[in-house]
Amino acid sequence: MTGPSTTQSDAPRVTMAHGGGGEMTKQLIQQHFLPRLGNKLLNPLADSATIPASELPLAFTTDSFVVLPLEFPGGDIGRLAVCGTVNDLAVMGAVPTALSLALTIEEGLPLSTLDRIIDSVAQAAREADVVIATGDTKVIERRSGDGLTITTAGIGRIRRDARLDLGRVVPGDVVMISGRIADHGLAIMSVREGLAFDTSLESDAAPLNHLIGTLLDTGSDVKFLRDPTRGGLAGVVADIAEDTGLTVELDEAALPISPTARHTAEVFGLDPMTVANEGKCLAIVAAGDAKQALSCWQSHPLGRDAAIVGRITDAAPPLAELVTHTGGRRVIQRPYGEELPRIC
Amino acid sequence: MNEVSPRMLAQRIASACAGRAPIRIMEVCGTHTVSLYRSGVKSMLPELVHLISGPGCPVCVSTQGYIDSACEIALRENTIICTYGDMLRVPGKHGSLQQQRAAGADVRIVYSALDALEIAAANPEHKIVFLAIGFETTAAGHAAAILEARRRNLSNFLMLCAHKQVVPAMAALLSADDVAIDGFLCPGHVSAIIGAQAYGDIVERFSKPCVVAGFEPQSMLGALLLIVEQVVAGQARIENTYGQVVNDNGNQAARRTIDEVFESASVAWRAMGVIADSGLILRERYRGLDAGVQFDVDLDADDPTPGCRCGEVIQGKLAPKQCGLFATACTPTQPVGPCMVSSEGSCAAAFRYDREPVSRKKESG
Amino acid sequence: MCIAVPGKIISASPPTAADGISRIGTIDFQGSRVNASLVLTPEARPGDWVLVHAGFAIQLIDEKDALETWEYLSMCNTATDEDLEQQPQRSGGKDGQSQDQSEG
Repeated sequence: MTGPSTTQSDAPRVTMAHGGGGEMTKQLIQQHFLPRLGNKLLNPLADSATIPASELPLAFTTDSFVVLPLEFPGGDIGRLAVCGTVNDLAVMGAVPTALSLALTIEEGLPLSTLDRIIDSVAQAAREADVVIATGDTKVIERRSGDGLTITTAGIGRIRRDARLDLGRVVPGDVVMISGRIADHGLAIMSVREGLAFDTSLESDAAPLNHLIGTLLDTGSDVKFLRDPTRGGLAGVVADIAEDTGLTVELDEAALPISPTARHTAEVFGLDPMTVANEGKCLAIVAAGDAKQALSCWQSHPLGRDAAIVGRITDAAPPLAELVTHTGGRRVIQRPYGEELPRIC
Repeated sequence: MNEVSPRMLAQRIASACAGRAPIRIMEVCGTHTVSLYRSGVKSMLPELVHLISGPGCPVCVSTQGYIDSACEIALRENTIICTYGDMLRVPGKHGSLQQQRAAGADVRIVYSALDALEIAAANPEHKIVFLAIGFETTAAGHAAAILEARRRNLSNFLMLCAHKQVVPAMAALLSADDVAIDGFLCPGHVSAIIGAQAYGDIVERFSKPCVVAGFEPQSMLGALLLIVEQVVAGQARIENTYGQVVNDNGNQAARRTIDEVFESASVAWRAMGVIADSGLILRERYRGLDAGVQFDVDLDADDPTPGCRCGEVIQGKLAPKQCGLFATACTPTQPVGPCMVSSEGSCAAAFRYDREPVSRKKESG
Repeated sequence: MCIAVPGKIISASPPTAADGISRIGTIDFQGSRVNASLVLTPEARPGDWVLVHAGFAIQLIDEKDALETWEYLSMCNTATDEDLEQQPQRSGGKDGQSQDQSEG
């Protein structure tokens, strides 16, 4: 990541003046944001960006990001913000086009940190082929030293060929995941205060729109897409079972996970299925198209470890259920909330 | 060396107990409760084997007074509570530690007592109170932490102790009138510390099989098979399927460290009353680090919420699903008692992993 | 009541008489490294395998046994296209494990 670096001992920091709307705000935008994020929509710096009309339905999403620390192995809050928003659009079958970016900066944040984060935003936006169309900056008084929160909104046009609807899911459909689970949440944990440890694990934060786009391009009968973020894979399949009234049966032996992630989760007493991912997609596909769908994903850089992990059945009562390594079974529950490391 | 698949072991268990009365095995260790579910082993066992979750969950057996004291201390000035994640959501009379944190208390999750020591070193003007729960496995590390705090002169480091010993609890359960336990699946990691021979008391006084198991499916199934075979043959002895980790006499360095810092005491267990010599308290010379003494709190107070039957659950007298509050008024998001909030509490495990009352193997109550 | 996982000591200071809890080992868990106190396993050396609970090594274990657990924990997806034709894989790992049934 590049950005203006400073060798002064008094590193330049964001101050209340930067948020005042006056000269300092203008400088911040001109010198730090526009060089990194500039595009036709943003450059006029008008009160709103103008988006051309289209006959396709609009997908519209919002998200806010409060991750701590701001920078972690494999990414930072900027990358997370873009990828999270893009992915919320992509799993609806939309082609993401434009994001808004609202920054709430705590005074005292080093400008070099801000620059690195905006660089990440720019980089992620390039990967996703989206632009930051409009933005806002506020500076708040120094509080807990959190530094920065980001709120986004995003729009995209829903593809004509997208027919994503849980109502279309039927017994026999196949469940796929685009790659290895649990990396992101564990990578974040490794830099959390009070728990810090070294790890080779990195956040998997990535924009999924191209991966999803290629899948839809194959013409496979894709019925549902979701990215398993907070709550992990467990949260998503528990929701699917509840919302469809059908059973989701996953095979533990089929779940892609790196040995490091599996082992690290074990050290802290975490179930990898409940750990957040930021660059993975779950898909429910008609059985007849499963092979083609898997092959499509496995040919994509973000889908190399894609796998079929289970199926939909009409077993009653409807549950999300895991067939374990031993061949036994157990229920998959939506996790309570923040999964905390434990000793018992 | 036997190489037997989990499915084969489950079949052997079924054959061994076929045609007999149900065999009731208590899994003393909460981690076993969870591992049996998570691995799917529980779903493979025959109907005749009844697994009863026992009081091997340090959170579940902590008294109401312990969590209330921790919450009270959390609200004192210049005090930092350091706790394992397990304790964060346990409901006290005036809320949980998580709620105290939301109200402004400084409550920090740590992975180890070592982290709490570093927080103490970094915050000399604060009192650091480490919530020291656990059985012998964890107590050993806590003992070492006390010695280190002394060595480094960390006078602001305090421990609120609620350590429990496994064997006295097992004996207390067997001494009750309405006991119906045929054998014990003994905790793997506690046994690594105390040694497999520690269960001699249970075998000799009460003639109950005690088999130590690890946490992988083969070890757990192998141990359950041995227990069933002993029960069927009318035998009672100690066996061990976790020989990689557990020997007869345990970890001597750990036992010496525990002995240097702690002494046995009669302490209160949630809803079980005081059990003789079942706890570990700081010895006289280390009482200066005892948060219970420093803050003058009552750890033995035990006044559970009306309707809460955690006490019966941890004694294996009631299955989670038999509690009227289970999955209705008491759920993981709104727990009434510790058995539901602890990640390895019987009720939390049943709620999480076992939602099919009809086809699942019944836990006896 | 006790989660503990085997790892390999990558580095540790040599033991001294004055060592207490401060003798820390860096333990590798297949790619994540956690510091743990070796005070309860004073005979442990770099290259040894230990079981770690709440930041403390509580027992030395044989490399062979540790690797078996690592292998169990590493049972990862190996499903291929062929599996779509049949039942999805049910036992991704080895089929059995030695049991130590020593009587106490």
